[in-house]
Order: sequence, then C-alpha cells, then structure tokens
Amino acid sequence: MAKTLLSRFIVLRSLSTQLIASCLFILVISAPANAQAVDAAQAKVTLALATEPPTLNSAVATDTIAGFILSHLMEGLLVYDANGQLAAGVAERWQLDADGASFWLRESARWSDGKPVTAHDFVFAWRHALKPTTASQYAFIFYPVKNAEAVNNGKLPESELGVRAVSDYELRVEFGQPCPYFLSLAAFMTFLPMREDVLDHWGSRYAADSDKLVFNGAFVLEKWIHGAHLRLRKNSQYWQADSVKINEIDMPYITADPSAQFNLFRDGQIAIAPLDTGLLNEAVERGFDIEYFHTGSLFFLEFNFREGRITANRSFRKAVQRLIDPDLLVNKIIGLPGIKPAYSLFPVTVKGMKDPFREEYPVMRVDPDIAAAREYLAQAKEELGLDKFPPLVLLAGDSPRALQEAEYYQYLFKKGLGIELRIDQQVFKQRIEKMRRGDFDIVAAAWGPDYDDIMTFADLFASWNENNRGRYSNPLYDRWIRLAQHSSDTRTRFNAMAQIQRIVVEDVPILPTYENGSLYVQNPRLKGVRRSIFGGDPFFRYAWIEQ
Amino acid sequence: MVNFIARRLLSGLITIWFIATATFFAMHAVPGDPLTQEKAMSPAVRAQLEARYGLDKPLIEQYQLFMSNMLRGDFGISFTQENRSVNDIIREHFPISATLGIAAVLIALVGGISAGSAAAYCKNRWPDRVVMIAVIAAISVPGFVIAGLAQLVIVALNNAAETTLLPVAGWGSVSQIWVPALVLGLGTMAYLSRIMRASMLEVLSADFNIAAKAKGVNGWRLFFHHQLRNAVLPVVTELGPTIAAITTGGFVVELIFAIPGLGRYFVQAVQQLDYTVIMGTTVFYGAFLVLVVVLVDISYGLIDPRIRLHRGRS
Repeated sequence: MAKTLLSRFIVLRSLSTQLIASCLFILVISAPANAQAVDAAQAKVTLALATEPPTLNSAVATDTIAGFILSHLMEGLLVYDANGQLAAGVAERWQLDADGASFWLRESARWSDGKPVTAHDFVFAWRHALKPTTASQYAFIFYPVKNAEAVNNGKLPESELGVRAVSDYELRVEFGQPCPYFLSLAAFMTFLPMREDVLDHWGSRYAADSDKLVFNGAFVLEKWIHGAHLRLRKNSQYWQADSVKINEIDMPYITADPSAQFNLFRDGQIAIAPLDTGLLNEAVERGFDIEYFHTGSLFFLEFNFREGRITANRSFRKAVQRLIDPDLLVNKIIGLPGIKPAYSLFPVTVKGMKDPFREEYPVMRVDPDIAAAREYLAQAKEELGLDKFPPLVLLAGDSPRALQEAEYYQYLFKKGLGIELRIDQQVFKQRIEKMRRGDFDIVAAAWGPDYDDIMTFADLFASWNENNRGRYSNPLYDRWIRLAQHSSDTRTRFNAMAQIQRIVVEDVPILPTYENGSLYVQNPRLKGVRRSIFGGDPFFRYAWIEQ
Repeated sequence: MVNFIARRLLSGLITIWFIATATFFAMHAVPGDPLTQEKAMSPAVRAQLEARYGLDKPLIEQYQLFMSNMLRGDFGISFTQENRSVNDIIREHFPISATLGIAAVLIALVGGISAGSAAAYCKNRWPDRVVMIAVIAAISVPGFVIAGLAQLVIVALNNAAETTLLPVAGWGSVSQIWVPALVLGLGTMAYLSRIMRASMLEVLSADFNIAAKAKGVNGWRLFFHHQLRNAVLPVVTELGPTIAAITTGGFVVELIFAIPGLGRYFVQAVQQLDYTVIMGTTVFYGAFLVLVVVLVDISYGLIDPRIRLHRGRS
C-alpha cells in the first residue's frame, strides 16, 4: 500500500515539476523586450516615478512630481538653463523696473498643435490661476502683481489684474509692491501659459489625460496610463527642438518604494534611483557613483508661542538652543552624506546680492554648551514660577529618519535638562492638522523654497503668515519684513534680511537643525541631467546619452 | 436555496450600509481633512474648495448626500487626483488587482492543496517536515520581506544571465504577473497547506476511505473522487475570505512591484484622507467581500455531496 502511495506522490511531483517548467517557459518567452535604462540609438531614457502627478493643470499643480513633468511639457517666459541660471524662454527679451516688467515674446514659439504662443495665453493663464473659483493654492505667489490679492479674493474682477497683452507678442506686468525677484517667478510653474480654447473645450476634464492639454515645451505627453505609465516625447514644434537631444522619456514604473527603484536600477531598467541610508551602503559596496544635490529645504524645530506654553519663554528656548548640536545630529544620528547642519533660517543655497547670502552675511554661531543650557533652564524656571518642568510634547513625522531624530532629542532633553519629551508621531496630514491647531510644544518641521528669493524663507515667521504654525509674533521681525517687501533697493532688502537672521538666532522662534540633500545613483552614460531647486527636477531638456 | 440566497443578500446589504456609515463617521473624526496641505491655504481658497467638495455643509447633510449619490452609483471626484472620478479609479484599477489576486489565489490553491496532500500522504517523513517548515516560514515572514527578497533574486538572476529573464517590476505583460502573484499568494498557500494536511489526514483514516480501498478503488480515482473531494471542503470554506483578502490586501506587493492596482489607491487614500476615494474603495471592497462570501456559500452546496442531498429534500 505504502508503495502505491509513494508512486502516487512521485507522479504528483513529476507533474508539478512539469507545471513549473512550463510556467517558467511561459515567463521567459513572454518577458518584455529587453528594456534599457538608456538607449543611445533611440535617445531614450527610462525612469521610475515615485507617484503619479495629481494633476498637470499648471494653474493648480503644487507638488514636485507635477513640477518635474510640467517643466518638460511647458515653457514659461523665462527658464532655468543647464547651469541653473535664468535664461530666455518664450520671452526673448525683457525689462524689469521698480513698478513692473515687460516681456517681448519670440514669434517662433509654438504650441504642439502648431498655433503660436502669444501674450494672451499668459494673461489668460494668470487670470485663471487667480480666479477665486480656480482655488489655486499657489495664487499667493502672484500677490506682488497689482490687484492680484483683491482679484483672488473676489473683490475685483479679473480684468483688473495688473497684466495685459500690449500686442500679441508683448506682455506688460504692473507691480503692486516692488518685486525684484519677478524674473524667477516668470519661470515658475503657476506662471506657465495656458490655452483658453483648450481649457474651455475640456472644462473640468482639462489636463486629466494626455490628449486633454497642449504643450509648448521641449516635450509632449505621449502616453498617460493612470497610476502606471507616463511617456514624454520630443516636441517637434518646440522653437529650439534642434538642441533637444533626448527623444523619449519613458516612465513605465510608478512606485514610492526606494528599494524597488534601486532594484530596477541595478537591473538596468531605469537610469536614476534615489538612495536612503540603507541603500546608500549597498550602493557604496557595489561601487556605484553616488550623486548628490542640495534640495534647498530647511529642517527645524518650531516652538509653540500660544498662551500658556512653556516654549513661549525665551530663556527656555535658549536652553534648548544650547542643548542641541546640529553638527552632531547630522554626522552621528542621521549619518547621511549630503545633509548639512543648519545654523540659520537661510540655507546656504539662498542668493544674496551677488554671492550666496550666507557668504555676504555670515550667521552668528551659538555653540552648544550644556552648562549654559542649564543656566538658561534655571532662569526659565524662575521666570515661569515652576518647581519642575512638566513633560513636553514633540510632534514628529512618521518616517524612520523623523523618529530617529525625535528619539535623539528625547534623550538630550532627559539627560541634559531633566525634562521628559513625549514623542507624538503622526502621519503627514494629521501632523499638519495638529500643527495648524497648535497641538504641540515643539514640532519637527521643514520648509522648501517656493521661489528663488530669500523672502520665501524670511516671511515665514511674520505674524500674519499662515505657515507660522507656532504663532510667533515679534513686532521687530514684522517690521524688517515690511521694510524689505516695500523696498526696491537691494542693499536695504538684504540688510533687513541680515536682521531677520539675527533675530532667529537671538530670539529662537525656531531652531534650525539641518539642510536637506538628496542622494541618488545615475546611469553613467546619461549626461547633462540638471538637478536643481528651481525649474523642475530632474531636468532632461539639456541631457544626452553617451554612445 | 432561493430563500437562503435572498437572506444572505439582504444581510449583505445591511453589512454594506453599516460599513459605509461607520467608515464615513470614523473618517471625519480623524484630525485634518483632504484639503490639509503642507503649505497653509488662504481662507478664501479654502472656502472655495470646501464649497466645491461640499465640505462646508453640516456633517449629517454630507452623509445624506453621500448616501443618495452612492445609491445612484456615484462616488464623486477624488480630492488628490484632481480630475478623476472615484468610479474611474475603481474601474481602471480594480481589474488589475483582481487579475493579480486571481493569479495569486490559483497559485495558492494549487500549491496549498498539493503540498498539503503530499504532506498528509507522507506524514512524519521528510516531505511532510519540509512542507511544514516551509509553511511556518511563509506564514511568519511578512509579505514585504518576501517581496523584497524575490526582487533581489530576480536582479541576481538577470545579472547572472545578462538578460531580462524575469522583469523586476512593472505591469503590462504576462511575465510581470507571476512573481508578484506568487509572493502575494504565498502566505495563503502556506495556510491552505496546513488546513489541507489536517483535513486529508482525517480523510485518510476515515471509514469510507478504508471501505473505498477495500472495494479496490485506487490510483487517481481514489485520490480525486474519494479523498480530495472530502478533504478539500475546509479549504473551500477559507476561499471566500481568502479571495477577498488577497485582492484587497495587495498594497505592499503593488507598491514594491510598481503595479497600478486598487490596493495602492485604497491605502494612499487613507493616508491622504481622500474622503471620496476612501468611501468608494471601502464600499466597493465591502460589497465585493459580501458577494464572494455568498458565492462561496452557494458553491459549498455544489461540492459537498451531503449538502446537495439536503437541497434535494427541501
């Protein structure tokens, strides 16, 4: 009996072996044509996207993925060139003065359907972005333009917006307040031109699929399968099409998992993959070239200034300032090359008058000193009339790095100040909502620049700024911001910024911790990909593939 | 039977209503809303958006509106995917999850039944031990580890062969289904093997099995007609929840293998508090689960000879 059973088992086993063999056969014969990360013959690059762009409507897009795609599909008045400098886009020349700007558009600029790009397309796009019903979250970025805020709030009709087409190829912008950085705004996503007839035709479906918008950039969107696949192809109508060397950017993978992207990179399927701490070690072991760029964003601890919070006490904040060493945090705790310790509200990438701001106006450094920290703490105790500090809440994000960082602060507070820090780890939206409600003592927050001017960081802690989640309110700080906003003199502006930088160190509304950097690996045959803070990232308009 | 199905469907509808209501209020109780963004919004912009999505109305009114729209089969527009309706999202992405899920269930079913039977046949000998150790490993190692490992193995294979034997990730060709389906079905396969082994052991020592053998029945006929048909019932019972769990629980596999399935939208919607997508996917999956359970109940009657007898009498 046992024998028959065993033979039965053997039959079953050989059957399954056959099954596996035939499955493998199917797998192998139906494997996709050997896709390659870079293909020199076809000038094709294959990439993975972390997420799908939520929208490609430039009036309402806010995220970096949409920014990356749109920077390839559309061209603004100005663009950022291969070196990250402002250069001519649709506008071939321009003039910036104290109360406005004029742009003269090139007549050779075309939409992908062959129609010329005119000044009317810009006027329409800007009015559309500011229309209250559009509800564009980036509408505020237009506010230096005359009447922009009033139009956005529905107090004035959109025809009152300070922008008009003098002719088909001349655009005039009037400012409501000085805006020395307007040229960089002219290269920003929300300032891209839009075609009225295309928007009217598709209505709420505008930009929902690849055939529901037109393009005036170096590439067109050839394919968009939602959640799965995007493909860009060189735009033959682009006025500078001759200088675009990449024919096709294919993105057949959408996954936010860095390990999956790294595996695809190792398999030669994609040309660029981001690295986190774990993957960095692996990339180093495998001898890949590690690339780096500064993302321009600042990470900091923000204190709560609402009534009754211990963190509203300056001596307490000074104690924390003396306790935390950004250098130690970056090198010992985070340990990711490319991330830099922060000492100022303004990252090293912020521009000054001619050179980087931080070179023109060096920041005053406060060195960590545990004895001084305890002295400040004793002083705070006295000022607050406390016997003992109650436990404080540190609101933090849910990434592994955020937790690591939070636990480090927890340790420092306990060991250095004898204060218990309770970590309140929250997923993104809940953290933002708790920040808005002021449901924290200290929050580990971050800020990325919106536009290429120091003001994108500076006015963050003005008392009226909605993003000032700690409700810091300092009349002196506000006054310097107002002064800078109403001055068109560069030196006055930057001197005011130096005062802001000083207030942040002396009064500690926030404690800067680190400046973020991004590490990645890239196929060595792919050249000329621009990584930058502004103008879309990564940028393939100037890229090429080596044979 | 008709009466039975009608009763099951009715209780199914009540279940779906309950799921929808509970999810609706739970989701609104979470701090923040779909409009919460990194950067603060001006009050004017927020008011516009709230009006557009009906968030400015009292909660109970929003609930009534949602329910009446749902009855008409309209789940509204996604908050995060600006121009897409929830119906479109389900229509486009569920078939992908379902394809992956069905492949996974098939693999789990074939693998689980064969491994479980083989283990029972060879009780306490090495094939049994091997299967049981594999079962414990497959049940205890989390899916994302197995998925990551599978991907590493593929990369190593491809690198060694210097060609693409198996795709690392992506979706669109038949070859891109099998590895994620295997990873997705592995835990279930292990679980089913265990059930199958236990149940087959019971059958092997049952009187009818000995009687069948005494009658001279042997070979495939004995296995398929007498042993498998009886032993497989507990597996079939598990099938309903299994199918539902696999087609909905593929989030990690979908993420790691870059598969545009609905599971990913489901989880992302919760993280981003995308109200309309949360409601649409939850109700859809709830309805799907209920439907599958009812279908399994019916199929149970078809497979088990005893249940069929019962039907004949009524």
